[in-house]
Amino acid sequence: MAETLVPAGQEELEAQETHLRHHFATPEQQTDAATLGMWTFLITEVLFFGGMFTAYAIYRTMYPGAFASTSEFMDVRLGGANTAVLICSSLTMALAVRAAQLSRRKDLIRFLILTMIFGTVFLVIKGIEYHAKWVEYKVPGFRFTYEPSYYFHHAQILFSLYFYMTGMHAIHMVVGLGLLTYLVIQAWRGIFHARYFAPVEMIGLYWHFVDIVWIFLFPLLYLIGHKR
Amino acid sequence: MWANLSLLSDLQLFPVAASAQAGSIDGLYWWLTIVSGVMTFLIFLFIVIFAWKYQRKPGVKATQIEGSTKLELTWSILPFFVMLSFFWWGAKIYYAAQNPPKNAMEVFVTGKQWMWKIQYPDGSREINALHVPVGQPVKLTMASEDVIHSFSIPAFRVRHDVVPGHYDTIWFTATKAGHYHLFCTEYCGNEHANMIGWVDAMEPREYANWASGGGGGGDLVTQGQQLFQQNGCSTCHLLDSQGRCPNLRGLYNHPVQLADGRTVLADDAYIRESILDPNAKITAGFEPNIMPVFKGQLSEENVIQLIAYIKSLSPTTPASQQGERLQRPVVLAPQGKNGAIKTGASPIVPAQR
Amino acid sequence: MATIAPIHGTPELSERRVNYLNVEHGWKSWLFTTDHKRIAILYLISITLMFFVGGLMAVLFRINLLEPEGIFAPETYNRLFSAHGIIMVFFFLVPSIPATLANFLIPIMVGAKDLAFPRVNLLSWYIYVVGALLTLYAVIRGGVDTGWTFYAPYSSTYSNSYVLAAAFGVFTAGFSSILTGLNFIVTVHKMRAPGMTWSRLPLFVWSNYATGLIQVLGTPVLAITLLLLAFERIAHVGIFDPNIGGDPILFQHLFWFYSHPAVYIMILPGMGVISEIVSCFSHKRVFGYNFVAFSSMAIAVLSFVVWGHHMFITGESMYTSLAFSFLSFMVAVPSAIKVFNWTATMYKGSISFDTPMLYAFGFIGLFTIGGLTGLYLAALGTDVATHGTYFIVAHFHYVMVGGMVMAFVGGLHFWWPKMTGRMYPEAWAKFAALIIFLGFNLTFFPQFILGYLGMPRRYHAYPPEFQALNVLSSAGASILGVGYVIPMIYFLWSLKYGKRAGMNPYDARGLEWTIPSPPTTFNFDTTPVVTQEAYDYGELEEVVG
Repeated sequence: MAETLVPAGQEELEAQETHLRHHFATPEQQTDAATLGMWTFLITEVLFFGGMFTAYAIYRTMYPGAFASTSEFMDVRLGGANTAVLICSSLTMALAVRAAQLSRRKDLIRFLILTMIFGTVFLVIKGIEYHAKWVEYKVPGFRFTYEPSYYFHHAQILFSLYFYMTGMHAIHMVVGLGLLTYLVIQAWRGIFHARYFAPVEMIGLYWHFVDIVWIFLFPLLYLIGHKR
Repeated sequence: MWANLSLLSDLQLFPVAASAQAGSIDGLYWWLTIVSGVMTFLIFLFIVIFAWKYQRKPGVKATQIEGSTKLELTWSILPFFVMLSFFWWGAKIYYAAQNPPKNAMEVFVTGKQWMWKIQYPDGSREINALHVPVGQPVKLTMASEDVIHSFSIPAFRVRHDVVPGHYDTIWFTATKAGHYHLFCTEYCGNEHANMIGWVDAMEPREYANWASGGGGGGDLVTQGQQLFQQNGCSTCHLLDSQGRCPNLRGLYNHPVQLADGRTVLADDAYIRESILDPNAKITAGFEPNIMPVFKGQLSEENVIQLIAYIKSLSPTTPASQQGERLQRPVVLAPQGKNGAIKTGASPIVPAQR
Repeated sequence: MATIAPIHGTPELSERRVNYLNVEHGWKSWLFTTDHKRIAILYLISITLMFFVGGLMAVLFRINLLEPEGIFAPETYNRLFSAHGIIMVFFFLVPSIPATLANFLIPIMVGAKDLAFPRVNLLSWYIYVVGALLTLYAVIRGGVDTGWTFYAPYSSTYSNSYVLAAAFGVFTAGFSSILTGLNFIVTVHKMRAPGMTWSRLPLFVWSNYATGLIQVLGTPVLAITLLLLAFERIAHVGIFDPNIGGDPILFQHLFWFYSHPAVYIMILPGMGVISEIVSCFSHKRVFGYNFVAFSSMAIAVLSFVVWGHHMFITGESMYTSLAFSFLSFMVAVPSAIKVFNWTATMYKGSISFDTPMLYAFGFIGLFTIGGLTGLYLAALGTDVATHGTYFIVAHFHYVMVGGMVMAFVGGLHFWWPKMTGRMYPEAWAKFAALIIFLGFNLTFFPQFILGYLGMPRRYHAYPPEFQALNVLSSAGASILGVGYVIPMIYFLWSLKYGKRAGMNPYDARGLEWTIPSPPTTFNFDTTPVVTQEAYDYGELEEVVG
């Protein structure tokens, strides 16, 4: 750190204001590092979900009939509603980042809480769907039944992938809600302002990523055999 | 134990080569070994020379050298071409291994924790033992009842994984009579090391003697025909007219139009799947869920017998010539073992659809 | 030379000088540290423990293989080799150099105070420990008998061992690896000191950067594969088991999509270490810096397109096999470039034979053999004859043990003075290096011959004609075992009794040699400004060709 170049008091103030950690030279470096770190992490996530999408693609090619027949048990209306909810939450998240950039503390808190509400609505709807699957014996490994019975094993694969992929997605949503809670508390304390909003931006990136995963999951899982 | 010198007396350094393809694989092996040996020697030599000549001496400084693009390109491109030779040679061998000759004798292998079951066309069976005639190409069609196994005969330099749910094939021509190891080389559980056996390559005459002894229960086709009756297949799969289920005459090795619009070739794997899991691929014009699922009801060996029977209902037109369907009784070349496979006893009627 | 702005005062070797080791005391100062150097030490201790656990398993099953019919029950043998593979691959080789040496050195080499995310770095160690404990739990409870490859459907349906716990341990450890890789990538991109351009980065940094890319891109696929496996095992859903609709080949594709690049996670950092050592003890810049750096990146990229060569005999289509065979030969080219450049670096050098250099010699020789025997397996014809035999075992041990472990132990000697401020006893170290080299070759060379003779791997019993070679191999293993224990003893001894090391005991170049041994917590008192290339051992005098 070039401690001797800038008057000590001002530099210290700036470091405090921008929450500069000791091992970074400048706030810009810190933000750059965080951004690159988040993008790298998201690439990891893409590959994490990629493995599941690969499995999906292969089994769908192997068993197209069985996969299409499961559409009957997928609630397109609930799935569609959830898609809309998530898109709204992405909008409010983007607005929250903007509010942070403009140092609008109240707006920031408002949009963060709206995003959390949308996220929670999503999870509640997801819960309703899961419950329906449970009632209809469509949970693989737990008294799974399927008609026509000759699709039993292959439909079970689709339902496994369904729970697997949406479950992973839901876990990411829950983590996202946790992160948003943290942001709200920090925002309440007035930590974010035009010169320090990296955490809002990073968590925003994460939130958008989780939304995008859903945008792929919805047609692949809900609309396979859907006619009309 | 350490002092047991007799161990060294039967020290073997290179395996016997007892099949036609062993020669070419060994050839590639030695080519690789020569190139590797020369490379390793040269690198060792340079290291020793440099280490000796340029060892640190007081007052002598190292000469700083940036590098050399010419040298770099040389030692990137030259190895590349040498590697191309490995690739080309290896690919040639592999290609040959994928294409068994048409006159190959067929033997069926089923892997199961922890034994190899062998079925011959004449219906005789063995466990952990395979007898083959010298000079006759032998094609193995292999299936697994449980986990992945790998069928390996080191003396023939052949090996292939036997993956459950798939048919895997290898072929070889034994060239030297003898008693050779048969190993499982894919870890398959506790007794993996005991999933071993012997392969006996015999002179054709001896082999004929040996073969004439077995096959009490009829050949594979007869066994398959019995299963076809016992399991009630014949009630729906009528052979002379169209029943509730597709007519199987002329099916083998011909394209099948499926209900979902795809076309598949009716090979061993397709027939196997259609027996064990009939609803996986529904033939166009037929209803699903009419035929019972035989998964768990029939062993892989039974399936092999049934396929042999279904094959016998078709002319042996290779897939490549399926355009011109021959309407003639099919006579298979005598298989070296116990006469011809009973096929084509009646004239072939092309599959009706 | 990479110069730095003047440091306040001269770094005297005074007993009381504050450094990262003595700045704080007590277990809390270690368990809650965010100092990359302390975390490196934590990792070093943990992976060394795992190495000796895994090594013990190897000694035990080599004892079993003294007799053709085996000495232990097959269950025992199968659990021993599986535990050996899982522990050595996921808990020693993958984190070995990245989590210890690179963790310690990368921030210093690029002139930073710490990695970009120090808390994430600590988190990665905790995740590693949890993963290791889960796996050890599986081993202690009764073991796992699937081999380190966890091939389905054996692992998902048939095995009666603690597959879930072990798979979960590996799954967990994967995240530790991802976080380490992520930290390296960001650090190299964003934390370089002024003047530390990409073309001035030490090659060790380049190779760990390439490793980081593989860790970040490959590991999540392994994670998801193991989760799918666990799901199948718990819920009996046919994802990989063909009896219920799955496809076992899919498991292999997903598994090797990670695990083949993982082989390069295990060797690339070792190559980086060798570049540093050869340059230092030849007192000469690395021949063809650009090509060596570029070859690391080429290896990282190509490593992702060769996984299919594990399935040549598993029934993938012929054209797939042809493509993967060709690509596998391609990945050999950048590896060869490295070997040639290390050798050329010695040309007209001023070579001294300190212990790290002996390990570098060992590495180059053994890696050459390991790499060349890889060509037998990339060639479709000879792969058929060697797949699943001891030939493969010998090949990857030449690369992993002859290569990576040599580089790790060599690197540990090289930077031991920097990490601890103490020198190791040179005579003992040379002796141990010799023992390891001899023991290694005696253990694994006979296995090439065994492999082509056809002896399958993972056999607890074998035909009697293979006994002589197996006895040789077991004899070598006992020598190798002793070879690894010796450094363990003198390293510990040196902590207290070793000669104190100066700032730069080998007259090496690089930022790490411009700061005291051991360094202070923030490495540099003032941010260094780099004005020179790496390996600046003197003026350029000659350009060949």
